[in-house]
Amino acid sequence: MARSITLNVNGLATEVTVDDPNMPLLYALRNNLGLHGPRFGCGLGQCGACTVHIDDNAVRSCITPLSAVGNRDVVTLEGLGTPEKPHPMQQAFIDEQAAQCGYCINGMIMEAVAFLLKTRNPSDEQIREALASNLCRCGTHLRILRAVKRAAAQA
Amino acid sequence: MRDIATTRREFLKGTAALVVSFSIDGHQTTRAQGEPPSKSVSTDQVDGFIAIDARGQVTLYTGKVDLGTGIRTALAQIAAEELDVPFSAVMVIQGDTALTPDQGVTSGSLSVQNGGLQIRQAAATARQALLGMAAKKFKVESSDLSLADGKITSKATDRSISYGALIGGKNFFLQIDKEAAVKHPEHFKIVGRPIPRVDIPAKVTGQFTYMQDFRLPGMLHGRVIRPPAIGATVLGIDEDSVNDVPGLTRVVRVGNFVGVVAETEWAAIQASRRLKVSWSSWEGLPDQNALWEHVRGTKIVKEDVTSDVGQVTSALPRGASRLHATYDFAIHTHGSIGPSCSVVEFENGAVTCWSASQGTHALRKQLAAMLSMPEEHVRCIYIDGAGCYGRNGHEDAAGDAALLSRAVGRPVRVQWMREDEHGWDPKGPPTLIDLEAALDAQGSLLAWSSAFFLPQGAATPVALIAATLAGLPHEMNIGPGGILNDTAIPYAVPNMRTVAHRLETTPLRPAWIRAPGRMQNTFANESFLDELATAAGADPLEFRLRHLRDARGAELLERLAVVATWERAAAKPRDRGARMASGRGLAFVKYELVRTYVGVVAEVDIDRLTGEIRVKRFFVVQDCGQIINPDGVKNQIEGNIVQTVSRTLLEQVKFNRSRVTSLDWGSYRIIGFPEVPEVVIDLIDRPHEKPWGSGEPSASVVPAAISNAIFAATGVRLRSVPFTPDKVKAAMVRS
Repeated sequence: MARSITLNVNGLATEVTVDDPNMPLLYALRNNLGLHGPRFGCGLGQCGACTVHIDDNAVRSCITPLSAVGNRDVVTLEGLGTPEKPHPMQQAFIDEQAAQCGYCINGMIMEAVAFLLKTRNPSDEQIREALASNLCRCGTHLRILRAVKRAAAQA
Repeated sequence: MRDIATTRREFLKGTAALVVSFSIDGHQTTRAQGEPPSKSVSTDQVDGFIAIDARGQVTLYTGKVDLGTGIRTALAQIAAEELDVPFSAVMVIQGDTALTPDQGVTSGSLSVQNGGLQIRQAAATARQALLGMAAKKFKVESSDLSLADGKITSKATDRSISYGALIGGKNFFLQIDKEAAVKHPEHFKIVGRPIPRVDIPAKVTGQFTYMQDFRLPGMLHGRVIRPPAIGATVLGIDEDSVNDVPGLTRVVRVGNFVGVVAETEWAAIQASRRLKVSWSSWEGLPDQNALWEHVRGTKIVKEDVTSDVGQVTSALPRGASRLHATYDFAIHTHGSIGPSCSVVEFENGAVTCWSASQGTHALRKQLAAMLSMPEEHVRCIYIDGAGCYGRNGHEDAAGDAALLSRAVGRPVRVQWMREDEHGWDPKGPPTLIDLEAALDAQGSLLAWSSAFFLPQGAATPVALIAATLAGLPHEMNIGPGGILNDTAIPYAVPNMRTVAHRLETTPLRPAWIRAPGRMQNTFANESFLDELATAAGADPLEFRLRHLRDARGAELLERLAVVATWERAAAKPRDRGARMASGRGLAFVKYELVRTYVGVVAEVDIDRLTGEIRVKRFFVVQDCGQIINPDGVKNQIEGNIVQTVSRTLLEQVKFNRSRVTSLDWGSYRIIGFPEVPEVVIDLIDRPHEKPWGSGEPSASVVPAAISNAIFAATGVRLRSVPFTPDKVKAAMVRS
């Protein structure tokens, strides 16, 4: 049975119509709302490509049922900034040329932004640990670390 | 520079007045009078590669695609440089069989080396032609003319004209002139500079359209249901089992190919999970615990001798000392973070396929064969996907989407689930290598003999899973890639014979993964060479220099010694009593014996108690000739080192007698941030030399450097990738 669910995404209340309220949030963001930031990587919460913020916490949207989101604030990569007005973390990734294929980068940026909200002046070790559950296959880790460090220094 | 992935089928219809396209910022744009109506895709025509519109904007058409390596930017740099236009004036269209020349599969570190040089020559020919047109117009000699920023200026007449005014919107109708003068490197303004990648701003803000984001109006979502055993056949399907999935359109079965199509992606996923299919049993895989016995026992169909110098058989017994060893390298998966994805549409007897295939031209042939359609009725269009390190699942997802779309008569998007990707992408085959060598009384190499157990075949198209399961036309041969490369060694040895036993089969469907063969072969060669250096009481770097008759290679090793502050001394294991041990190891490659040189030093820590290895740092010196974009090269090198440290320490595909069992990131672990080493890079730029590839060579030396570092630290040789804690502990016990 199709039903409507209201989501707060990137500052806007948005209605999505779904057959299954237990559908993971990721599919609503990508298919109902046409967002490209959160990405399907594993569907198992193992890689981090689908990461979004819910009330400023980094959350794996591929294993978060829609019904569990409620009226909390969901922010995606698009909600942080644009190519014209990037978020400082996005700008740091551009400055460090921190992408190869870039498929995982959504998760890296969302995870890092949420981390810096809670941790001021992190050490290199802390940054590595904060990103420990985000996978990158191209081996862009060193650039990602430099970008997060750059953004942290400016925070 | 902007990038546009063109879509739709106007070229197949023969009219090109309107091309609907998606720019990388995700907005759909319409380009009136885009390409000339009969766009050449010939590799020997300027029009195949280059079009200039009335505003002087350049469109570069290339069959080489950006798999995350940055070549979209690098190839645009080459074209902009040679044409004397601003970098921002060049837009790139990649991998579209209706628009771009077939420059071969994007693999083997050849995009710049081969593809880039084709583009450079096309651009040089265009430049020469534009000069000729301007000379005629101004009635002056070409020598009076100068080019800059898309304009040609005559000194004598003080007049200038833009490229747009000279050729705008028209074809060159010109064969590429192999003799057309290319720009002297001293005048380079764009090539050789670290120009930022054009795709990164859109990628870090969610504005980029990946293959996985691509949608068509009226499109349905498909998922595949693979057999639980590789060779199992369908006994029956209970369609009632998915009756209650809202939005399900169809269960599709063609032979042993089974899929579902639904209105929404989630419905397709639900249906694929719930559909009850009964399959026959199949247990045709070997016992993984006896994999190497299986490989050694596989029928040999051919011997490939890759080098044969002197008389190895008679020289080996004459050695003052003799060594032999066996190396092996596990089966690896590509492990793209984004599972393979494709959209296929059938319309008016023509097929359009969007995919992230590294070889859209080759895929077109495969799809045409599978569908029994003329090739001209199939168009394949590239859109960037998640990182691709060889022939992974993209082509197979395209085959899946094609069968599902044909069945339902609407465009179908297929994205694989994680278990499809880990379970069914083609694998890097297991490699087994026997080596034997002899040193003379002075400790120099007298004889070197090696035998590689490699599956037969080359870099030929890998059969599509859909075609294979459905019993539709497909390739019957295996295509593991050019895995013979680097079986022979770059060193001068008076008696040397390197042979590959080509095996009839290999357990899992093989294909090429980054540095295929080159990595496995270099692992054995450079580790065994280290064993010989130790036996000769020589410093590993000196030992290599002693046997290298190659000035560029020697220069690189000398530079590596400085960059890594290599202390020249014979390897001596340190204090064997301590729990923690540290060491450094070196490895060198002259890629395929003919191009890019790389030397590396690895620094490792080993915990003797747990067997855990920590790679702390890699020093890399690379000579890839002329560098197009130094930051792009460094990005590739960092990626090669980190990815290959992961492959060396952690990775192996697990399987039972029926199927792959390592189906997620828990059972097939890859490197994480806490384990990533520091990478120090020194590039030798040779602007006056040819540009060579960078996408693979630095990966090939990583396993040997780590193995050699572990030996330096502990006196223990690791000859089996991956270097798991269990293997390390067992080796410690053996020593």
